[in-house]
Amino acid sequence: MNTSLIKISNSAIATSRRALFSGAGQATLSASAVALLVGCESMAQGQRTTAQAGASDVNILNVALALEHEAITAYQLGAESGLLQPAVLKVAVGFQSHHKEHRDALIATIRKMGGTPVGEKSKADVARDLNAATLKNQADVLRLAARLERGAANAYLGVIPSFGDRALAQVAGRLAADETMHWTALAGALAEALPQKALSFGA
Amino acid sequence: MKSLIAAACACTAAFFAATAVALGADADRGQQLWESRCFGCHGLDGDRVGPRHRGVVGRKAGSVPGYAYSAALKGATVVWDAKSLDAWLTNPQAFLPGQKMNVRVNAAEDRADIIAYLAKESAKR
Repeated sequence: MNTSLIKISNSAIATSRRALFSGAGQATLSASAVALLVGCESMAQGQRTTAQAGASDVNILNVALALEHEAITAYQLGAESGLLQPAVLKVAVGFQSHHKEHRDALIATIRKMGGTPVGEKSKADVARDLNAATLKNQADVLRLAARLERGAANAYLGVIPSFGDRALAQVAGRLAADETMHWTALAGALAEALPQKALSFGA
Repeated sequence: MKSLIAAACACTAAFFAATAVALGADADRGQQLWESRCFGCHGLDGDRVGPRHRGVVGRKAGSVPGYAYSAALKGATVVWDAKSLDAWLTNPQAFLPGQKMNVRVNAAEDRADIIAYLAKESAKR
């Protein structure tokens, strides 16, 4: 990797830590989880969806849950890497807590819909599959986190048309918004340019 | 003999159908789209939320060892090529009911470019 790029990125991270940190503490996290469960309750109480559509929705939610499991473990790997500065670590742990809330809400929803939540992979398996051994500095960790967050945001946007229950489609939009917020903060920390054009997500 | 000719015609038709999808596709743009749209769940060489993508073109559906496929994909007979991947990415559930991906790529140009990238990476096996 280009060492000057790493220096620039690390410098950018250092100078943007304050903004990154101050933003993280202001997030209200429980609202999305509560709303998700409320949406689920409405379905459990008799929204008109076919059994097949319900099963398909559970499949989609389980893929979302697998994404959240992976994100939680990825942030854990970053936190334990020893590569993150304390302030950045604090933000990473904050983002991880968002993913834990997503996970818990998804598990509750899947169970309420009669499904079986998928389990998480081992930390070693996630590290292998994400090639975590190649992460050598803070910028590497944040770049991987940014890639995962953008990918997750796009995955949530990409499944919206597939939901049978429109309330769940809205939930996917809200989850995508959280992931986009994470990506934006990470891109800022890495001093990466924001997209020049509108509608850059989900396309 | 007739069946051989019919099979040859079918193969030729499949080839041209696959080629038609890929004509003019931009693998470099496809790489950017893959990074944005696919990397959330897939790696090239590791099985994550979804199975690995390197080698997907030409691979029988549901055949990566050790990956926990849906019953629908396990039982599928399709071999991934440009045509089948285009249909899959257009609407996975319509293509193979009971699958679990469900992410759709709406623009035909985007699908073609992603498939071109997957074909390029699949050739690097």
